[in-house]
Amino acid sequence: MYRSACLLLALLCSQATPAQEVNLYSARNEALIKPLLERFTETTGIKVNLVTGNADALIKRLQLEGRNSPADLLLTVDVARLHRAKAAGLLRPIESSVLESLIPEAYRDPEGHWFGISLRSRVIVYSLERVNPEQLSTYAALTEAQWKGRLCVRSSSNVYNQSLVASMVARQGVAETQKWASGLVSNFGRSPNGGDRDQIKAITAGQCDIALVNTYYLAGMLESELPEERGAARQVAVFWPDQQGHGAHINISGAGISRAAKNPDEARALLEFMVNRESQYWYAETNYEFPVRTDVEPSDLLKSWGEFKADDIGLEKLGIHNAEAVMLMDRAGWR
Amino acid sequence: MPPFLAGIPGFAFSRALLSCSTRVAWNVGLVLLCLVLLLPVLVIYGSVLVPTGDGIWAHLLDTVLYSYVGNSLLLVTGVGILSLIIGVSTAWLVTMTRFPGVWFLQWALLLPLAIPGYIIAYTYAGMLDVSGPLQAGLRAIMGWQYGDYWFPQIRSPGGAIVMLSLVLYPYIYLLARAAFIEQSVCVLEVARTLGCNAYQAFYRVALPLARPAIIAGLSLVLMETLADYGTVQYFGVSTLTTGIFRTWFGLNSSIAAAQLSAVLMTFVLFLLVIETWSRRRARYFHTSNRYSRIRRVDIPGWKGILVLLFCFTPVMFGFVVPVLQLLLWARQTWADNIGEEFFLYAGNSLQLAVISALLAICLAVIVSYSKRLRPNRLARMAVRLLGIGYAIPGTVIAIGVLVPFIWVDNTLDAWTRQYLDNGTGLMLSGSIVILIFAYLVRFLAVSLNSVEAGLAKIRPSMDEAGRSMRLGPARILRRVHLPMMKGSLLTAVLLVFVDVLKELPATLILRPFNFNTLAIRTYELANEERLADAACPALVIVLAGVLPVVYLSNSLSRSRTGHDQRT
Repeated sequence: MYRSACLLLALLCSQATPAQEVNLYSARNEALIKPLLERFTETTGIKVNLVTGNADALIKRLQLEGRNSPADLLLTVDVARLHRAKAAGLLRPIESSVLESLIPEAYRDPEGHWFGISLRSRVIVYSLERVNPEQLSTYAALTEAQWKGRLCVRSSSNVYNQSLVASMVARQGVAETQKWASGLVSNFGRSPNGGDRDQIKAITAGQCDIALVNTYYLAGMLESELPEERGAARQVAVFWPDQQGHGAHINISGAGISRAAKNPDEARALLEFMVNRESQYWYAETNYEFPVRTDVEPSDLLKSWGEFKADDIGLEKLGIHNAEAVMLMDRAGWR
Repeated sequence: MPPFLAGIPGFAFSRALLSCSTRVAWNVGLVLLCLVLLLPVLVIYGSVLVPTGDGIWAHLLDTVLYSYVGNSLLLVTGVGILSLIIGVSTAWLVTMTRFPGVWFLQWALLLPLAIPGYIIAYTYAGMLDVSGPLQAGLRAIMGWQYGDYWFPQIRSPGGAIVMLSLVLYPYIYLLARAAFIEQSVCVLEVARTLGCNAYQAFYRVALPLARPAIIAGLSLVLMETLADYGTVQYFGVSTLTTGIFRTWFGLNSSIAAAQLSAVLMTFVLFLLVIETWSRRRARYFHTSNRYSRIRRVDIPGWKGILVLLFCFTPVMFGFVVPVLQLLLWARQTWADNIGEEFFLYAGNSLQLAVISALLAICLAVIVSYSKRLRPNRLARMAVRLLGIGYAIPGTVIAIGVLVPFIWVDNTLDAWTRQYLDNGTGLMLSGSIVILIFAYLVRFLAVSLNSVEAGLAKIRPSMDEAGRSMRLGPARILRRVHLPMMKGSLLTAVLLVFVDVLKELPATLILRPFNFNTLAIRTYELANEERLADAACPALVIVLAGVLPVVYLSNSLSRSRTGHDQRT
């Protein structure tokens, strides 16, 4: 009995490590990553096992699983979570000349724990009908009285808002940012709800005149199969904020190799695959994001919004100041 | 036991000892079972002992905690009242009266059950929002601008109350209808002979008699409301649930988040205590043996049409309208979204739902029957506590489940590493075992509530009769109780089935590699704000849920004691 139990266990163990695979915990959802992974398997023969989910939940799972975690690679769609995973000691530093040469320094961890794969910017969109873009300038200027009741933005529970505010905290401290957040809240045209696309639609409907959104949502609407989405998106335009100052706020989707990784080489191969020319092009075309590589062009649609200056703040700061940002938004009454 | 042995003192003594030790063994078994199922809840309560630091609680108290609690209370009250009104009134009308379309409505009223709360929220927000086709159409036709007219704000606490009530009232409808069907008509007839009119018979006899079932349904509705995340988050209503996630994800304090969950559970415990206290010593079984056919009251003419309209309204808004919207979306996107993997996801969803529903009903019967056999305080408490998982958001349950599972896995792994040179890795937590366990923790309340309600209506004299015929408890259960509460059992199985089909957050975190379900697919697309693409998987969840719902309704009608085809 004892022996057969041991045999059974041994059998189970031996099954645990078949050849050439990599296990991925992904906060990017399946539809937006599966085609890339399939292409990876085709080219390299390495099988990819995928679990998708909320980034914080995946990080928690990674943390609880400890050294037995099956995850090799953690992929998130914002930098604050990568920083959080690093701070919790869940990622390992890696050296890769490929990654280091292709990814600009601003978009990877100085210690090599995580690497950016694609970029998105949080920008101001405005109603073509009711707003003259010359009225717009910076994120800071959104608190001006002229925008009273005209601004729409989603809940501060959303990480992209948190990261934007965290970048301001990093630059000008909590007190100054607190003032800004309170001013912003007093300009809200409605109590925050819905997602970024809903803010754009609210402009079309006339509830607001300007909104803060991520670039790929607007691009997704412009390319949507649904006529009403396209129609709504065509009535707004992108304004790149802070072009005379620090530049438009940037966030990344990125990945890092877990400390517990059993297949670190395969994981690194996947990471490197994600920044090859073909994958970068695919990201740009399918997901409407900016390639992290400077030598790959964004899609025509994104290019049509013009060149812009991107904020080069050390991205880890967005993670470091995340909690302060949330607390100050709580105090400001930004739901 | 041969009768002559009973006279021998030693034998009687050893028999007493035996029955005493089986009782102890049974109690210990029950306690162990409950402990295992309560582990996740205990893990969450355990977090209260861990200091959070950083003044997070001071911050929460200063800023958002009151609005979290206030909105949760508002939601619970609103959804409770609205779904009670819809659920009980329609259940009574379709059971006791005859009006045009009643046969159709009997099962159609269950249909909204198949629609997940977050999906109905997405569809209505899509239609009724300021940018939706309705308001845009109004503006275009009337030449209005935004602000020229008043329109109810769908993304508001009020909107969330209506949405949740529309998909949750079927719990009350279902259990109330089962109770009305199982009721002896004689009781109602006696009420009528004592001078009650039809309404009085309803208010003074039928309603109080159906109370355990109605309360069971209501508590499911309220717990589901407290646990809801998708709807309130999308509507921008800050409740305790959204607060838990904001604290965890935003403030990066999973401890404070767990402590907030503990606050939420305390809420539920409080509700449960009040409910138990209010019932006190009341008993709800029938003492009559005579079951005659329900004589439906005819509601002819325009009154019948009015009743039809009244009963159809919740079906219309809880099912027809959102499904039409989904169909409209799906028509535009189906080609991109339906492939072979679709059937794989559907298969996974069904597999999980079937296994969990069957296990949940077995556990529910074991626990409630133990309580009936030995109604001591311990058993009563066990039944109450086991239901609490239903009120906890799936993500929180998932973490509560992960902690003990991974502990077991890692311990086993360390052990095998030491003695077999090769670890087992994460054996349990990397399989669907952990998922099914999480579903049991989360949805046991559903099966427990219906089984409890069913058992409560069976007279104790039935047990006594069985015992006098020398049947053991197991055979009494099998030959007397189970057949008598077939309706409640079916209800329990199908409710858990549909719930698991719709379940999202726990599945998302706990599933093994390369394992997807329809709910996850829907959520991922909707979360990416691609509502139109989400419509296809959403429709399949709804369809997969509709079939059991129809079946459920039919068996329910047939389950009545003394049923014949004409009723």
